[in-house]
Amino acid sequence: MGHIQRTVSDNGHWAIEAHGLVKVFGDKRAVDGVHLNVRAGTIYGVLGPNGAGKTTTVRMLATLLRPDEGSARIFGYDVVKEPQIVRQLIGVTGQYASVDESLSAIENLVIFSRLLGLSRTEARRKAAELLEEFGLTEAAKRPLKHFSGGMRRRLDLAASLIAQPPLIFLDEPTTGLDPRTRNQMWETIRRLVKQGSTVLLTTQYLQEADELADRIAVIDRGRVVAEGTADELKASVGSSSLQLKIQQETDIEKACQTVEGVLKVRANVSLETGKITAPMADADRVTDLLIALREAGIHLAELSVQKPTLDEVFLTIIGHGVKEDGDIFATSNETTEVGI
Amino acid sequence: MRHSASELMAKRQLKSRLSFGQTVRNSLTMAYRGVLKIRRTPEQLFDVTLQPIIFTLMFTYIFGGAIAGNVQSYLPIIIPGILVQTVIGTSIVTGVQLREDMDKGVFDRFKSLPIARIAPLAGALLADTIRYTIATVLTFVMGYIMGYRPEGGLGSVVIAAVFVIVCSWAISWIFAFFGVIARTASSVQGISMLVLFPLTFLSNAFVPVKTMPDWLQWFAKINPISHIITAVRNLINAGTIGWDFAVSLIGAAVIVAIFAPITVRVYMRRA
Repeated sequence: MGHIQRTVSDNGHWAIEAHGLVKVFGDKRAVDGVHLNVRAGTIYGVLGPNGAGKTTTVRMLATLLRPDEGSARIFGYDVVKEPQIVRQLIGVTGQYASVDESLSAIENLVIFSRLLGLSRTEARRKAAELLEEFGLTEAAKRPLKHFSGGMRRRLDLAASLIAQPPLIFLDEPTTGLDPRTRNQMWETIRRLVKQGSTVLLTTQYLQEADELADRIAVIDRGRVVAEGTADELKASVGSSSLQLKIQQETDIEKACQTVEGVLKVRANVSLETGKITAPMADADRVTDLLIALREAGIHLAELSVQKPTLDEVFLTIIGHGVKEDGDIFATSNETTEVGI
Repeated sequence: MRHSASELMAKRQLKSRLSFGQTVRNSLTMAYRGVLKIRRTPEQLFDVTLQPIIFTLMFTYIFGGAIAGNVQSYLPIIIPGILVQTVIGTSIVTGVQLREDMDKGVFDRFKSLPIARIAPLAGALLADTIRYTIATVLTFVMGYIMGYRPEGGLGSVVIAAVFVIVCSWAISWIFAFFGVIARTASSVQGISMLVLFPLTFLSNAFVPVKTMPDWLQWFAKINPISHIITAVRNLINAGTIGWDFAVSLIGAAVIVAIFAPITVRVYMRRA
């Protein structure tokens, strides 16, 4: 096995090309014209609230559901015309663990391995290897009923990796997992990509998409409403903002005037936190501002620069109805503290 | 260690068609899965173990005196009847379990694997022949304990057992079809019972057909279950294989020829 770095030509290679995918259930257009292009060897995040059409999209790409309109190709093979070939190139880990509840972990993996054409001894070896890799060796013989959510997900992922598929679909791989297990899952996903796989991951956690994905598609009501890298998406919402906290509350008024005077922007004062927030279009000006503040005798307690979070991106793009219960999304706080 | 994505692609040979051998291997693996499931949840064998015991005891002692004069001379009539009723009744479970199975996430994985599309169905049906075998053996053992000595001898009993299992396997395709089209497992159970109950009781299983009113005789005589039962009686009581045996097997073949393809097609469309 050669140790070749991913080459440029690989990056010119599409793992997924989906054009205008549509799926209608009754009178609901669950997926309404989704376009996706995913480069081989990358992690692609599909981000959206519940019921946005993420799972339906994945099921169509994974040959589990026939698209009503549009087409999709996996490494150049059409999902409708050549499903048998596509299935040899993908691994699917569903939203609900797609493993057999009544059997043990090792029995599950042996059966899937046998179905994939491994001999009896190869299947046993592969199963043992994967259980070891995913830290499930001790629980190998226990029935899955006694497995925790995290163990089930890991087994599920292990089952998707038997044939080392070049493309892996992970449908909400960390929903319902505790933070520690979630971090382990992230590590595993990163390792997969290092080994050359392409991963398409759906998630409703902004932080997860931000941490893992090279590119993100924000999907809402069956449509892709934004697409790009996490930074591009953030940049599309606006610039970073500068936050200042003043030591003496009585100075706030004066400080605010200074900020507006030097940066030539409107500043906001939050009375609850006693913070001044101002858009930071030009980072160079901050030096002038700090000098001006010192000359005015205003002492700072805290200074920070905040990039827009994916939450803001999400709320700005999707906008409808999620603002109130924005807490359902894990927040990604990108505050960079600048020491004074 | 880094591998390139194209390297992961290059080492696989992509096939657009599955060989017949691979289809059989996939089905056998799925049957192995079914056997493992039975071993893990032995309580699902309650029906096939208790029904032959209870029905044989109950019906023989209730009807024996009235229909055949005494229990002993009723046994050659009732044992084939209960055998066929029980084993075919067991084949309903195939459809119910198939529905339950298809509702689980694991079926998504089977569908996403490059395996023969028929394998999950064929495997499930194959594993269920174990249940039929248990029911068959227990019915004969109960009969033996109650004093039944088939005159056709052990050889014909074995042939009759295989014959009943083959017929039930064929009929289970009907219930498998109900299984793939129904919304819930309990509706499969309901529809199947509704079909099977009249079929097994409006037959020659428990009473001679000539005691029934004319219109019912007509039905009982064309009822395929009656043919299977008559074939089994001829085999184990006289050791003869006749017209009923042939008709039953032809019927079984026709059922498979019709229901296997449409079941697989519906299953795949739902897939």
